[in-house]
Amino acid sequence: MLAAIRRAQTWAERRLPALTRHKRPESLPIVLHRRRVYIVPTAFGAAFTVLLLIMLLGALNYTNNAALMLTCLLGSASSASMLIAFRSLNGLKLTAIRQGQAIAGEPMAVHLVFAGSEHAHASVHADMNEQTEAFSIGPHGETVLNLQLDTHRRGWRPMPRIKLWSNWPLGLFHAWSWLHPEQSVLVWPRPESGGPPPVVPGEAGRQQRLHQGEDIAALRAYRAGDPQRHIAWKHSARHENLLVKDFEQPEAQEEWHLDWRQLAQLTPEARIARLARWLGEAETVGRPTSLWLPTEDIALGHGRSHYAHCMNALAQLP
Amino acid sequence: MIGLRLFRHKHQAPLERRPFDLLCITVAVVLGVHAPHLPAWLTVVLAAMLGLRWWQRRHRGGRAPGYLKLALLALLTAAVIYHYDTLFGREPGAALVAGLLVLKLFETETPRDARVGAAFSCFALMTALLFDQGMVATALVGLGLLPALATLRALQPARPETSLPRELLPALRLLGASLPLALLAFVFVPRLSSPLWGAPNSTQGRTGLSEDMSPGDFSELLMDDRPAMRVTFVGTPPPNAQRYFRAYVLWNYDGRTWNRRELDGAPAPVEHGPAIQYTIALEATGQRVLPVLDVPLDAPQAAHMGPDREMRAERPVNDPLVYSLRSAPSYRLQGQLSERERRRALQLPAGFDPQAHALGQRWRAQYGDNDAAIVQAAMTLFHDGGFSYTLGPPPLGRNTVDDFLFSTHEGFCEHYASSFVVLMRAAGIPARVVTGYQGGYWNRIGNYLLVRQADAHAWSEIWLPGRGWVRMDPTAAVRPERVSQGSAAANATAAGWAGNQWWLAWRNRWDIVNQWWNQGVIGFDTLRQRGLLTPFGVHDTGVGLLGLLLAIGGSLFAVGGLLWAVWQRPEADQARTAMKLLEKRLASAGVTRRHSEGPQHYFSRAARALPSQRVELEQLMRTYLDLRYAHDEPPADLLRNFRQAARDFQPRRVVK
Repeated sequence: MLAAIRRAQTWAERRLPALTRHKRPESLPIVLHRRRVYIVPTAFGAAFTVLLLIMLLGALNYTNNAALMLTCLLGSASSASMLIAFRSLNGLKLTAIRQGQAIAGEPMAVHLVFAGSEHAHASVHADMNEQTEAFSIGPHGETVLNLQLDTHRRGWRPMPRIKLWSNWPLGLFHAWSWLHPEQSVLVWPRPESGGPPPVVPGEAGRQQRLHQGEDIAALRAYRAGDPQRHIAWKHSARHENLLVKDFEQPEAQEEWHLDWRQLAQLTPEARIARLARWLGEAETVGRPTSLWLPTEDIALGHGRSHYAHCMNALAQLP
Repeated sequence: MIGLRLFRHKHQAPLERRPFDLLCITVAVVLGVHAPHLPAWLTVVLAAMLGLRWWQRRHRGGRAPGYLKLALLALLTAAVIYHYDTLFGREPGAALVAGLLVLKLFETETPRDARVGAAFSCFALMTALLFDQGMVATALVGLGLLPALATLRALQPARPETSLPRELLPALRLLGASLPLALLAFVFVPRLSSPLWGAPNSTQGRTGLSEDMSPGDFSELLMDDRPAMRVTFVGTPPPNAQRYFRAYVLWNYDGRTWNRRELDGAPAPVEHGPAIQYTIALEATGQRVLPVLDVPLDAPQAAHMGPDREMRAERPVNDPLVYSLRSAPSYRLQGQLSERERRRALQLPAGFDPQAHALGQRWRAQYGDNDAAIVQAAMTLFHDGGFSYTLGPPPLGRNTVDDFLFSTHEGFCEHYASSFVVLMRAAGIPARVVTGYQGGYWNRIGNYLLVRQADAHAWSEIWLPGRGWVRMDPTAAVRPERVSQGSAAANATAAGWAGNQWWLAWRNRWDIVNQWWNQGVIGFDTLRQRGLLTPFGVHDTGVGLLGLLLAIGGSLFAVGGLLWAVWQRPEADQARTAMKLLEKRLASAGVTRRHSEGPQHYFSRAARALPSQRVELEQLMRTYLDLRYAHDEPPADLLRNFRQAARDFQPRRVVK
């Protein structure tokens, strides 16, 4: 019995993916094809059909063949527009989903990469999360769609279903297909709004030296009057103009060694929120931090990518 | 649920400029195709309102206030009622449709409004065809669909940007692609055998022959170069001098106007020579009369022949009509005239035209019983009496015939026919006026005679003992070209209205297309539809069969369209195609290639899953990797080998 149901399900999955796919996410790339594109007339299409019927009746009643010809022409153009609506979705491919960075509660930018087939796809709409974004792709073209995804809590958030639809070309027919990509986006934890700074063990020796070599951000363009010995010759060789080591910027901040174990008195979520706040504060002033977590030990570092690494680790905590 | 979803999508974004411009063009086209039958002032006012609204939205923005719309609506209704005395009927309906469309523009601010406007425009375009379904008019209306469809298309967001004229191209392509299906539907949609509701009355505003005639009536008609009818003959056509098509026979004269008599009875007897068989395609006249070649021998279907061999249809000819019949060019019509008819054919109103009466009586006294001599005298008078043929004769006073005969000497067929009959009656010869068409242009390509309204003509018939009613054309005495070469030749020097003769000649040749249109499209009625399958042995194609054919043809088109829609260009990369085939076969054996799985990994996985075919799979993998990575341009034989191997590969399930 169960086996029969499963067989029926797999059969349905194969034959009518669009009806059943929303139960099961699928892996990228997702290609739209004839078995998963559905078409119904729009309300305007239905009204237009009634109008065509009235015109047909009038033409037949007055035995006016020219009007009948016009009505037939309009009717057949409307039917042809159904195929064009279908074609505008057929062959469309969702090739990749790129996520932006967002903390829980704030909308996350999600970039959907669509690729077209050998013909153009005009006026396709993507509905996700109560938002609609329209786009067109030329033959063999590609487009990136930016949508906002609402987030509630930290961690992996599965992608919602995306509806691709088009009323192209005349708005008489509504063609649509559901996509359910098997992909999740990582939502960062929300930092607490206020609290104590981390306890700094002892006064670490202030390091005045530059972080050499790896960070171009600590360099700035040459201005007239800069002392010659401040010019970073090695870096300048790879650039068009001269770069100068900038000494005015606060160089080495006091290091923070953030540790999960130091916050034993808090609940896990509160610990995460506090660590996230500290990480954020350190990031804004460019303070080097290291982070110890039960799952991961992140060495001392600073900069945007280090911050993202730490936040990702926090977000993925169980 | 679908409905709800659809409604939710109609978020009311403001209407962009492009679709609004296209909609304005659509409405302008609608006004243009309706202009010929709308009162000129209404067209001008509506066009001005259209322009105003376009300018206002482009430069000022904002929608018209509600009270203004209401006031305009009331004004439009009042104007239509003022002009037509009613809101119902074809002309007032068209005026209302055009007016409402322009008013709709005033509140068009959202895509939904524009959509409604475009759909309504399609309807308004179709109503223009109720007035004129000629080929040019139909083509113009068909072109009017382009901006309407382009408007609907421009309402879709994120469409590629193009210039305004280029917006029309996709609509043209769409219409072109759907033309075959439209033709199929046109041929097979079953026609109604009888109308469901009354056909529109269409007599107003249509010029043509009228039931009565007074001198000067024709001058407008003779300038009208629209086709009146087209005649095809079985065998050789009659010579130009015999191409008299009689419409009305006018007996009664009140001093100014000739009227026909309403009389029932059997057609007057006729003895005739060889008959000519022919078919006339008559343009809509709104009247019942059917012009026929002199003299008709029998009545066509749904028509009735009067005592004077006038042909009357059962219903007014509101749509082009085709009828066939026989006529005899040489005949003796009504050898015996009853006393009552003789009196009627001699009747003249008292107190009019004393000079003409006197002249007639003088001729009678001079020539005695010789009727032929009197007729000859009258013809000589017209020929030598200083008469000239002109379409712009000077006005005539109370005694029209006297003024014409003795002072102005200028006129056209009506004047000559009318005064000739008056002279004959004064001399005691029974006479009557006949109106109809004479001449026409012989189209050699189509082998048909094109008769225009300008070929309208009036002549006389006199009754001579033993010869019956004899046709006399006094106009021919004044200007023989009128009869031998047609009205255009006669008018050429007279008024110069035709301007360029070559233009008329070109139009006469071009008329063959109209003829084809009329025969093929407009004349395609229930009867022709029923006989559609006669070549295939089906003599009466019923509604059921038509529906079946329509369904079959429609399905064929649907299949063709679907094939077009789902067809994707096959993969140009042959190695990739062969690889896909392999993947499909392996997937059926349970080894599905994962997304972003490399070929090497995949093949090793497959080899592990199908150990019996390990060697084969490894060979395939090596070839594929070679094809992919060892060469810039894969060698043809290697590619062929790989494709062959991929085709031959059949996974064998291992029995565990």
